[in-house]
Amino acid sequence: MTLSALNADIIVDQLNAGEITATDCVQHFLERIETHNSDLNAFISVSDKALEQAEAIDNRRKAGESLGCLAGLPIAIKDGICVAGQPTTAGSKMLEKFSAPYDATIVERLKSAGAIVIGKTNMDEFAMGSSTENSYFGSTNNPWATDRVPGGSSGGSAACVAGRLAPVAIGSDTGGSIRQPASFCGITGLKPTYGRVSRYGLIAFASSLDQIGPMTRTAKESALLMSVIAGFDPRDSTSSKEQVSDSLASLEIPLKGIRIGVCRDHLNEGLHLEVKTKINDAISVFKQLGANIEEIELPHTKSAVAAYYIIAPCEASSNLARYDGVRYTFRAQANDLEEMYRNTRGQGFGDEVKQRIMLGTYALSSGYYEAYYLKASKVRRMIKQDYDEAFQKVDLILGPTTPTPAFKLGQHTQDPLAMYLADIFTVSANLAGIPAISVPVEPSSTGLPIGLQLQGRAFEENILLRAAHQFQNETPWHTTSPSEPWRTQS
Amino acid sequence: MEDSVLNSNSNPQSTNRQAVSFNDAKIIIGLEVHVQLDTDSKLFCGCSTRFGEAANSQTCVICTGMPGALPVINRRALELSIRTGLSLNCRIARSTKWDRKNYFYPDLPKGYQISQFDQPICGPGHLDIQTTEASGQSRRIRIERAHLEEDAGKSIHDESSRRQSSKIDLNRTGTPLLEIVTHPDIRTAAEAKAFLSELKLILNYIDVSDCNMQQGNLRCDANVNLHIPLGGEQVATPIVEIKNLNSFRAVERSITFEAQRQFEAWQENGLTIADAPKQTRGWNDQTQTTTLQREKEDSADYRYFPDPDLIAVNIEETQIELIQSQLVQLPSTLRESLVTEYNLKPDDAAVIVSQGRGVVDYFLEVADGCQDSRIANNWIGQEVLRQLNELNQTIRQYPVSPQQFTELLKLVIAGTLDQTRGKEVLNAMVEHSISSEEAIKQLGIKPVDNSELVTLCETLIDENQKVVEQIRSGNEKAIGMLIGKARKINPNANPGLVKAMLSKMITG
Repeated sequence: MTLSALNADIIVDQLNAGEITATDCVQHFLERIETHNSDLNAFISVSDKALEQAEAIDNRRKAGESLGCLAGLPIAIKDGICVAGQPTTAGSKMLEKFSAPYDATIVERLKSAGAIVIGKTNMDEFAMGSSTENSYFGSTNNPWATDRVPGGSSGGSAACVAGRLAPVAIGSDTGGSIRQPASFCGITGLKPTYGRVSRYGLIAFASSLDQIGPMTRTAKESALLMSVIAGFDPRDSTSSKEQVSDSLASLEIPLKGIRIGVCRDHLNEGLHLEVKTKINDAISVFKQLGANIEEIELPHTKSAVAAYYIIAPCEASSNLARYDGVRYTFRAQANDLEEMYRNTRGQGFGDEVKQRIMLGTYALSSGYYEAYYLKASKVRRMIKQDYDEAFQKVDLILGPTTPTPAFKLGQHTQDPLAMYLADIFTVSANLAGIPAISVPVEPSSTGLPIGLQLQGRAFEENILLRAAHQFQNETPWHTTSPSEPWRTQS
Repeated sequence: MEDSVLNSNSNPQSTNRQAVSFNDAKIIIGLEVHVQLDTDSKLFCGCSTRFGEAANSQTCVICTGMPGALPVINRRALELSIRTGLSLNCRIARSTKWDRKNYFYPDLPKGYQISQFDQPICGPGHLDIQTTEASGQSRRIRIERAHLEEDAGKSIHDESSRRQSSKIDLNRTGTPLLEIVTHPDIRTAAEAKAFLSELKLILNYIDVSDCNMQQGNLRCDANVNLHIPLGGEQVATPIVEIKNLNSFRAVERSITFEAQRQFEAWQENGLTIADAPKQTRGWNDQTQTTTLQREKEDSADYRYFPDPDLIAVNIEETQIELIQSQLVQLPSTLRESLVTEYNLKPDDAAVIVSQGRGVVDYFLEVADGCQDSRIANNWIGQEVLRQLNELNQTIRQYPVSPQQFTELLKLVIAGTLDQTRGKEVLNAMVEHSISSEEAIKQLGIKPVDNSELVTLCETLIDENQKVVEQIRSGNEKAIGMLIGKARKINPNANPGLVKAMLSKMITG
């Protein structure tokens, strides 16, 4: 079996057993990036230190030093997360020349576990988008059908894992940015509970919604990455001190008797027919695993997209104020300060970012604040209450991750509302702060991946991962890879 | 505000404006005081708050607003804020949160300032100040709130070179400021100064801030307008905010200037608070005038909203109680106790207390030790303060310990040393850092016994017959001349005793 077909846990085992070296492993994936990135555009930059770091790991291993649980494993990091000394652009012209002066907490943790950052992945500018078409560095292509989007905003991370340009990747999810691209690319993506993973070093889009998480082929690999990145960080005031449960250890605990809620509303209107069929098939698998399926209601989630597109732009309008041309960003030519601000931000940001900054600025303005921001915050609380009530009755909530499989490049670029509806099933988890995972189910008849979403109680990532893992024990969908050379699919 | 205010200039009597005298106008003043809290590190990062370091050397990814960096609250700043609030009789919030104040400025790295909007750490309180008009009278100035916020950086504009350039120093960015806002209860420039002096003294006593105004550790904005009686109503002039006053004198003078300016402007154009938006004016120390900076349309829209990077802070009752229990005695309490327990005049008590806790402690120890608080006050309030001033020292550096000082005063009280000799001894003690005993020895001071005194007086009478005649003929003051001569012959002779003996010998 070639290295790129192996799952991360197997790669780590083989590295530990001395069957392969970190250098070989990194070399292999660098070669695949070299060969395929021109087709996929999954990476914005590739690390020139990865081989050196791999050699260092190999040497330490040879010297008999004790190494971390990911020693020698290559990993791709979304370009909105700071890696010291590496370009960190957030997909924006504004940060085209920016090299991060520090490691994000999760990068620090991954590095100390021995993981090797091989590159930074493409994304919608400042994570604003659902297709990776809003990247200043060009859109990423879906390896299953290169004329289709990989989803977004973590489209580069999803595409590189699906296309096996990296064994695993890290993404970030503000309204579905891990799960939706995972769904479109046929991989597993976990958005942890808000506060479970430190945001320190994640370039903020909407601080109260952003969360970093793993994007992998299997739930087991996600559990492995979570064992490294999850946990309290004193540098992030919103990170939680809640004990991290050992997801890896609980993966095989039988699901018998677990209560899974299904919201019928989410399986009817506007749903792609095949998505509906495949999700229903997946429900049958969970039944076979001993789960009790129950109907639940989440009445306020129908307002989730509306609330999300107020709260997220409000926070973004403030978070992105620092990109002003004064310090580390792109700076446009100008004759005076005001013109410098205007030109820098006018030229440095793309249209979608500018649109959301304007939206947020407007919604926070005096006279509108109550009608928009406060109202949306109220809706947010009601959505959270819906979940609290639902989780009295069930342990997990199951549904589709997205209403359709991956759409075509350019299909929604002129229709922001259609684009925003791609987030309809994912934004609620961010608003409520709960964890959610997307897992591949049977693809469409034309071979496009479809994703199933499981949502769980806050800090119960272990139950999500356990359910996803046992689903994957029963199904082959996470093991399939797109064929090479990549194909288009009409 | 207690006055009913007429918000329009459509008064038919507006032509009578010239008849109103400035002295009839009431000045309405509210202050916003920014105090830099004396923490080692900044409000949301670990950078040092030291003043005067190389530009941008006290910065990190957090206070320079690097992408992805997050703030973490400095607990010490919260504690100092609570301590200040308690000292100003403020209600301390049980839950306080952080808000973003959004505006663009080159020395504001994040494009927003982390501040507190609707849940400030300190709620309503008050500070009583002594008014200058009637000694002993106090006025209560209500505090509206006090909130914590981070400071911005410093822009340095170099316009001297051919290519004008601006530079930014972010060392100050993120230093903790407590903004204390008063109600518009202040009525005169002198009261404004008195408020600031008392506030500064309190902050000093409670170790919250050194209030060094040169370093910008205490900055003040004053909101000023006038209420002018006109035809049985009160007319209010437009409110002016005078920005960044960096000395007490600037506060006093700018308010005095601004009141006069507003009065004249009103006489000329009759504009009232309803006609003109709030103005921001700057105080110019050179010209001693205020000049227009900008006119605000209502208030600038800062788009305040809760900072999602920080969580609300819950302040436990027990924490407040603990800080309360550790609170030192405040200046007002000490002044009171110096008057009631130590029998000082209010003005004398105020002088001692105004010197800071160190001088108060010094006084208390000496007064208790020598059992005569009046003498202790005379000597400390005059001699010690004069010497400290001359030596440019604090009381902690003063070479005479309170114990040694007490010993000296005991000798003065016992009459062993007269005032003049006592001061000579004190000077020697300060100059050579020696005890009173050693100083007395060095100065050759010895007690004079009665027979020596008799011989001295007899000699004086023999040698100064003319003066003796003057005294005999009723010019009692002439005896001073003899006492002076006695001092020259024997500096140790007690002038009081010499005088008594001479009188007895001359006039019987």
